[in-house]
Parts: sequence; C-alpha cells; structure tokens
Amino acid sequence: MTKKIKNLNLNFGPQHPAAHGVLRLILELDGEIVEKADPHIGLLHRGTEKLIENKTYMQAVPYFDRLDYVAPMNQEHAFALAVEKILKIDVPIRAQFIRVIFCEIGRILSHILNVTTQAMDVGALTPTLWGFEEREKLMGFYERVSGSRLHANYFRAGGVHQDLPQGLEEDIANFCESFPKIINDLESLLTDNRIFKQRNVDIGVVTKQDALDYSFSGVMIRGSGVPWDLRKSQPYDCYENLDFKVPVGKNGDCYDRYLCRIEEMKESVSIIKQCLLKMEKGPIKSLDGKISPPSKKDIKQSMEALIHHFKLFTEGYRVPKDEIYTAVEAPKGEFGVYLISDGSSKPYKCKIRAPGFSHLQSMDYLIKGHMLADVPAVLGSLDIVFGEVDR
Amino acid sequence: MKNLEDLEKKINSELNTKINKTTIKHNQIYLETDKDDLIDICLFLKTNNDTKFKQLIDITVVDYPERNQRFDVVYLFLSHEFNQRIVLKYSISENEVIPSLTSIFPSANWMEREVFDMYGVSFKDHPDLRRILTDYGFEGHPLRKDFPLTGHTEVRYSEDEKKVISEPVKLEQNFRNFDYESPWEGTKYIKDEIDNNDKKN
Repeated sequence: MTKKIKNLNLNFGPQHPAAHGVLRLILELDGEIVEKADPHIGLLHRGTEKLIENKTYMQAVPYFDRLDYVAPMNQEHAFALAVEKILKIDVPIRAQFIRVIFCEIGRILSHILNVTTQAMDVGALTPTLWGFEEREKLMGFYERVSGSRLHANYFRAGGVHQDLPQGLEEDIANFCESFPKIINDLESLLTDNRIFKQRNVDIGVVTKQDALDYSFSGVMIRGSGVPWDLRKSQPYDCYENLDFKVPVGKNGDCYDRYLCRIEEMKESVSIIKQCLLKMEKGPIKSLDGKISPPSKKDIKQSMEALIHHFKLFTEGYRVPKDEIYTAVEAPKGEFGVYLISDGSSKPYKCKIRAPGFSHLQSMDYLIKGHMLADVPAVLGSLDIVFGEVDR
Repeated sequence: MKNLEDLEKKINSELNTKINKTTIKHNQIYLETDKDDLIDICLFLKTNNDTKFKQLIDITVVDYPERNQRFDVVYLFLSHEFNQRIVLKYSISENEVIPSLTSIFPSANWMEREVFDMYGVSFKDHPDLRRILTDYGFEGHPLRKDFPLTGHTEVRYSEDEKKVISEPVKLEQNFRNFDYESPWEGTKYIKDEIDNNDKKN
C-alpha cells in the first residue's frame, strides 16, 4: 500500500522572536527539511522614500535613522555624503573624524546586537546580557552627542550638528580600553563552544559566485572570501588615513560570518582609537552660511545670520540639478543612496539601497535543504533589520 | 579597465550602436540606452574581461509625469575587480513592458518586484511578479508622483466588525505643502543654474 505524503506549509512569523522583526516566512516543509522559503516583507513599510521627496534635505536626515535602527548614523552618513558631493562642499577634518568615530560606534552597536542575538537564536542567553550592557554605554555616547539614544539625527551635509561635549573623548577612549576584554569574554563563550559550532558551522554556505550573483555585500560577501570593503576600496571621509584590516572568511558559512563580525569589532575599536589620537580642535561643519545654520549666539547679533537661519529652516538649502549614487560600508553591507536633485530644496528622488533587502532575498537559496531548526541560525547570520529591508 | 576614461572608450567602441550617451561624473559612468538593448548591454558588462560588472546593486525608476516617456529606469552595477560603478538608464512610456534581468542577475528578482510595486512597471519573463512592500490587496503605485503623500486608504481595527478594515483617508487637516521658494538669490551656483535655465528657454 502506498501513502501520499503532502508537504507541510508553515508560517514563520510575522510575530516570531527569531525572525528579528516583522518577517512572515512561508516555509514548505518535507518532514523537517525545508523545501522552499518565501519571505513576505513590507510589514514595516513606511514609505521613507516618498516622505523624503516631500521634505527638505535637512528634514530628510531623521528618516535615515529609522532604517537600520541599530546603526543609525551609518545611514545618515550615506545621505550626507551624497548631498555634499552634489553641492561640492568640503567637510572640515574634525567633522570627518567625529563622523568616522560614530560610524564605527554604530558598527559595534550593530555587530554586538547581531552576534549576541544570533547566539540566543541557537540557545545561548548569556552573551546577550553581556553584550547589551556594552550597547547601553555606546548608546550613552550617542545620547551625549546628539540628545537621543537611537534616532540621532546628528550628521549634516557639510559636517555634524554640534561638537562633542566636554569629556566625551576621554570616555570613548576609556571604553576602547575596556571593550576588547568584553569581546574576549563573548568569544570565550561562543567561539569554541560545541553547541554554537554545531549549530553554525557548514550552515547557510554561500559560494563566492553566489555572493556576487545575489548582490551580497558587507560581511555576507567577506564571509565567503571576497575581500571587499568600501572603506578600503572606495574610501570616504578620512578612512584613507586610517589603518585597519578587513577580516575575510573562508567557508562562507554562518560561523565564518560570526568570526568576521567579531574581528570587525576589534578593528572598529582600533579605528576609534586612531581617530581620537589624530583629532584636533577645529570647525565641525561647513563654514558656508548658505548650508550650515548659524550658532544661536550669532543669530542674536548678526542680521545675516538671522536671515540665514530663517531661510535654512523654512525653505532649506537648494541643491543644484544632478544625480549621484553614493554608498557607504554600513555594518550590514553596502548602504547606498541614489539621489536626484532638481535645483529645488527637496530631493526629486531618493532611492535607498538597503543591504538587508538583497540578503533576505536569497533566503530561499540559502535555506533549501536545511532543517527547520537552521532557519533561525541562517536568519540570524544574515543580519536582517526590518527598518531597512522594508523602508 | 583600471581607468574610467578607457572604460568609457571601450564601451563606446564595443557598443557604439546601442549606447546613446555616456557621461563621467562623480567618478562613475552614466550610460543612456534604449529598452531593446538592455539585455545585450548587461551581458556584455557582466561577461567582458575588461568590464566585469558582476554585481547588480539596484534597480529603480524615476517618474517624470510631465514627459511623454514618463519613466526613467535606472540600473546600478558594480565591478569588484576594477572597483568601478556604472549607472545605466533608459526611458519608457507608461504602459510599456520591459525585459527582466532575472536570468542574468538572480538578485534582480526582488528589485524588479519592488519597481513593479512602487511604480507599476511590468517586466517580461519575470518568474514571480507580485507586490512586495505594500500591504496585501493594496491598490495604486505609491512612488508615482501623482500618488498623494497621505495615500488613499487607511486601516483601523473595527470594534463592530471585529476585524481590521480599510477605509478612505479622513484627515482633520490635509498635508500642506508650503511654497517657500523665493526670489532670494542664494549662492553662486544657484544663480548660475537660474541663468543657464533662462538661456535654454
């Protein structure tokens, strides 16, 4: 007697702690083997691009915080660079250092979150508790410099909003001294951990060719052995003058990607240290009064400053007609902004290229033939944040 | 090719009938072409040993409602070997169906779905052309310039029907788009821009 076996369709999410957000993953299962995965995204779609088209360039910045909300300033950076290139303005050297410091803080923020929650997905709780303590300190730095822990709205075209408050440089330097020990602690819990390795080694293997075909970037492509880092290959701001290594994986599995992230955190700490050493006093935003708002003190004394202030916060600055694609190495990969300006004070079009979008797209290819229990492990190592996938 | 100018020459000589215009700016090459040549150009860019644009970064559309050929379709490519970027562009009119790149770049799948969702541009030979970012049962294409910022419908949970319902947007106050544009001259480049526009007209 023969029996007909029907594949089981399983809804993974939209409310599932291991989905890292609002992902509805429709899995077709043959027993415990995944035959097909169909991610349904867009549950967090807020129409960022449409909103940006209706806001001035300065008002558009906060929307970038809300994309990948675990590393907000990295996104702002891409937009600021795009506008600066069209306007052809220079960024003062101190502002470049500040931006790099906070981008690297964003990278650590994102990687801690990813590494520790990936560990939690496969059964380890302690790394999350240890890691989040450090994240809290870093978000403290965010708060001191911008006024908010997450949605910083700190970068501007031409520099940053304000200078570092007193004492912050020392505190960041102290953090750089203490943090490597925490990374080592995390590593002692995970790197040689038998269960962690069983769950991650040889899971979700990406070959070099497929990493290219599926538009992977960031850790996803480096984990597969392609030494590609935009900070090195197409340096922006002061990355050229900084000395850092690009960790590259060998096997392209979840475990290698974990190792890459750990190493990148160490490199980030070293980058921050170098910046703190090289940084000198100076202006922190472009001196062009038609682009950077004047200080409060000037407004009370100078007529011109008052007019500039009024014009900048009503009409905003106008950006000449042009188009540009600018990308930065965000913690998750290549984050790009394709900006079209039409000479007015609002962007005509602002396409946001989110790395997570291409990564999640490959879910079907990555998970085919794996067990159901590997789904959270692979999802975790993709480093998905729905703010940027859904936009 | 290491050098952008060399690459531009190479593309122009190999594809001279297919490329309408090339520009180098911001350290990238901007190509303009026609819809029918898209597949050939992409294959050339991907496979030729002097170009090797093996990664498709993104696909998007720009809407110019006042034009006859309403949409500009834009493709962004990256070559890791030569560390270069190309922006490829062509114009289409509203109901035109364009070729899909999914057979050359698997990652084009979702990008084209997004374009379809946001602008309503259809792709020929796409394996799975569904909406992607908007809600199930959504109508309209939000990134078109004639789609209102507030949208047409809003959803809420109805206590009477015990389910989520969607109804037309009712706002106490409409979205107001203030016109701050002024005869304020501003910086030099804006003056130049205005002068240039005046000359053209």
